[in-house]
Amino acid sequence: MQVRLGIETGAARAIGAVSRAAGRGGGTTLPGKLVWKVDPGAVDALAGRLSSGVALVSGTNGKTTTTAMAAEILGTGHRLAWNRAGANLLSGIASALVSSSRADLGLFEVDEGALPEALERTRPRAVLLGNLFRDQLDRYGELEIVAERWRGALSRLPDDAVLVVNGDDPVVGELATRRPNALHFGLDDPRQGRSSLQHAADSKYCVRCGTPYDFAVAYVGHLGDYRCPSCGHARPPLDVRGCDIELSGLLASRFRLVAPAGELEVELALPGLYNVYNAVGAAALALALGATLSDVRAGLEQFNAAFGRFERITTGGKTIVLLLIKNPAGANEVVRTLETGVPPVLVVALNDEIADGQDVSWIWDVDFEPLLAHAGQVIATGTRAAELGLRLRYGGLAAEQLQVVPSLEQALDRGLGLVEAGTELVVLPTYTAMLALREVLVERGAVRPYWDGARP
Amino acid sequence: MNIRVGHLYPDYLNIYADRGNIAVLARRAALRGHALDIHAVGIGQEIDPDAFDLLYVGGGQDREQALVAPDLAAKSEALHVAHARGVAFLAVCGGYQLLGRGYRARDGSFLPGVGLFPHETVAGERRMIGDVLLECELAPGERRLLAGFENHAGRTILDSAAEPLGRVLFGYGNDGESGFEGCRLGRAIGTYLHGPLLPRNGWLADWLLSQALAHATGLQDPTLAPLEDVLEEAAFAVAADRARARGGGRRKRRLV
Repeated sequence: MQVRLGIETGAARAIGAVSRAAGRGGGTTLPGKLVWKVDPGAVDALAGRLSSGVALVSGTNGKTTTTAMAAEILGTGHRLAWNRAGANLLSGIASALVSSSRADLGLFEVDEGALPEALERTRPRAVLLGNLFRDQLDRYGELEIVAERWRGALSRLPDDAVLVVNGDDPVVGELATRRPNALHFGLDDPRQGRSSLQHAADSKYCVRCGTPYDFAVAYVGHLGDYRCPSCGHARPPLDVRGCDIELSGLLASRFRLVAPAGELEVELALPGLYNVYNAVGAAALALALGATLSDVRAGLEQFNAAFGRFERITTGGKTIVLLLIKNPAGANEVVRTLETGVPPVLVVALNDEIADGQDVSWIWDVDFEPLLAHAGQVIATGTRAAELGLRLRYGGLAAEQLQVVPSLEQALDRGLGLVEAGTELVVLPTYTAMLALREVLVERGAVRPYWDGARP
Repeated sequence: MNIRVGHLYPDYLNIYADRGNIAVLARRAALRGHALDIHAVGIGQEIDPDAFDLLYVGGGQDREQALVAPDLAAKSEALHVAHARGVAFLAVCGGYQLLGRGYRARDGSFLPGVGLFPHETVAGERRMIGDVLLECELAPGERRLLAGFENHAGRTILDSAAEPLGRVLFGYGNDGESGFEGCRLGRAIGTYLHGPLLPRNGWLADWLLSQALAHATGLQDPTLAPLEDVLEEAAFAVAADRARARGGGRRKRRLV
């Protein structure tokens, strides 16, 4: 077995290098696909070799950013096997394991659908579950189906593993009831809440009895401080909290982290309440894995952005801000960070590949209206540019403010032509559109490929 | 003219962007000088059969559908009366299932529905997911195409005399076998197609509006001025191409 594993991983590493040298999409899953195909049990064996164990991160929104934040915190004390490029199926985890032979700690973001198998094969020490929103229904099915599969898989997780859950999400928080080793994280700052649930809010009804929850405050989608007026099911006490949150527009945010180990002020170089959630979750996970509060502060404060998630790329004296959008809850939060301040020139890109969701109806559940009410020119692009253009017109955008340009590269150049030097072009792409746009910018030498770990 | 719309359970049944359908009806009505007067109808609220010209029921996740099903069944009589008096209906996905006779779950239990559409739905083994292209003939000789997206595990079996909404050119349709999709009963349309359905299928939105106007005015065939649907047609063309290229169930049927 040891000999075979060595041959497999050696061959797989070589394939990854060849794939990258050939410029084929990073080869981030190719070696893993090979190992996965030849011997799925290799994942179990490779994970089992990690002396500090494995931590998994899953949820609908924020997986990549949360995992990257946790990596920044944990990277000083550990050598990580980490699927940084967001290849989050079992084959991607296999690749990360294969290419990090000297690692002692595995840190993996996991696709919601792949979580049950990842739990079984990697036997994690800690699992972070961030949130569940409606997302790509053609691919994942209904939210409740995902939750049910998680429930089943978590019941087989040994008691000594730590389950870190977002207590502000009724469905996710409930997954930790009756677990001896659980940490609840969440936000505690009613000033940052919304007065009412958004249109696309999920999990509005009590997970135990079906009565609509009363929300004292809702922060992001249905995440908030809830209580069922009928059976009393309520948000659990939070072990790790983000308080006194200050958001500074498109640039940054700060908050006070309150944990059992103590408190600290954190300055985050990322905007948006959803990134405060990501940071608090990453902190809770890192603390559960033995990080100190000063590790947490240092890691979070030096964190920039995961690729395509609030990533700033400069080209020809102009800056492009890439903000991935992929489902209503996530897109609503992106809209929220943009709805004040300078009226932006926007490129919105909608593709309909499998990784984007082939069903594009979700764009109608996004509350684009506040953004469109103060946007300048908007360029709709991607394989479903016309569909998106229709949505934006219905959202109140005047015909003369809208351009429909299906080619991503042409749309990008059109947008860059509309912004002044020194100002920013805001680009909201779906997943494959983000990768394609980044590819264009890589070719122009403006940014490194996403699988390249070196800091720019 | 004021067109009165009753939107059933918007808080529960809204999974496939149902508000997009409502927005399209409102805008296309406004462009012809009509106002859409939209009322939400929730659990426990009675329906006055004469209060609306159009009733809309969207789709929900299984959990939400189960929460509204008993209430909808209790509204059954009012809905039948409204339909008989010429009120137009659009029911999508879960709403389409719930307006039929009922739903047979895998364990054999039967959840009764409204019994308006002549069909029954049985739980299926695999989900039917993908782009769909239909050919419809709501008025004799007027064939129109409809492009949408389907995602359902329930197989809906129409009674033999029932009129489908359309013939499936690409995709699964009601049950993945019959070659038909949706159901049409006078001024009522039920369908699995979302996307949402109406933005890129403006002709169907107009058909529904003219049915609702007929109810509101008592006129036999109210006409609506044509609109310049440039973006709508571009969006339709892409959606139709997707159905041709990757609509489900193609190996079974080889229709044009």
